[in-house]
Amino acid sequence: MQTERLDATFAALADPTRRAIVARLAKGEATVMELAEPFEMSQPAISKHLKVLERAGLVSRGRDAQRRPCRLEAAPLREVTDWLERYRDLWDARFDRLDNLLEELKQKEKRHGRKR
Amino acid sequence: MAGKGSGKLKVTLPSDNEILLARVFDAPRHLVWETITKPEYVRRWFCCMDGFTMPVCEIDLRVGGKYRYLMLASDGSEVGFHGEYKEIVAHQRIVHTEIFDPYPDSPALCTVTLEERDGKTYFQNLVQHTTKEARDMHVQSGMETGADLALDRVESIAQSLGAPTRGGNSTVHAVR
Repeated sequence: MQTERLDATFAALADPTRRAIVARLAKGEATVMELAEPFEMSQPAISKHLKVLERAGLVSRGRDAQRRPCRLEAAPLREVTDWLERYRDLWDARFDRLDNLLEELKQKEKRHGRKR
Repeated sequence: MAGKGSGKLKVTLPSDNEILLARVFDAPRHLVWETITKPEYVRRWFCCMDGFTMPVCEIDLRVGGKYRYLMLASDGSEVGFHGEYKEIVAHQRIVHTEIFDPYPDSPALCTVTLEERDGKTYFQNLVQHTTKEARDMHVQSGMETGADLALDRVESIAQSLGAPTRGGNSTVHAVR
């Protein structure tokens, strides 16, 4: 389940236009027209990208029938960063322990001289 | 949840199916080599999760030789890895396969390199998976190795998903 959701998030973020939309929405909500402005793209093209982001749960649309402002949903993004961070934390902790072991071996070698 | 480690490790994703670990150790290369190739040393740093022991740590360090790591949680659950050495250049380079026990059909290829400069060792491990999906699964497996960490995480995900998304659609479909 979790992997499937991550896949959707990654697929949605694999496109540079969609990443730019996410970056823009991180600053606050915006309408499709406002989002289309900085890109040389039609509103329907932007809407297509928004649909992908919506399906991945990254963007939600307001109820206001006229504007339907888009806003960023933080949870899936947080999950993507957590995903790699957790892995990094595990190996970080492992290597910190390895540091201690190396320190011990360095001391031992200093006392006994390097045998090889 | 901030990491408990020193943050000296760099993890990057060079491509869709790779993970690169890079770390500098303040020790000469021959010592780093010992600690990553001798079971009595590997045992002391590899199994760093609370409540876990490492009953199996076997290394047959020669081309074609196998290794096997098995960690055991206090609740009896197991986390195991095994693989085969493909290339060994003493103190410099090891290429080996890595198979996470639950996914025997998704071996990764790991290339570990050690370089020594000014008494420090520059360690890199490039983990290459056959597909992006296999890589993501592997990273995911790292999160599951700490039972209580995993529980923490399930809780926080449940909380973030449980938060009502105003006007949003809480169902997420895979996009391909």
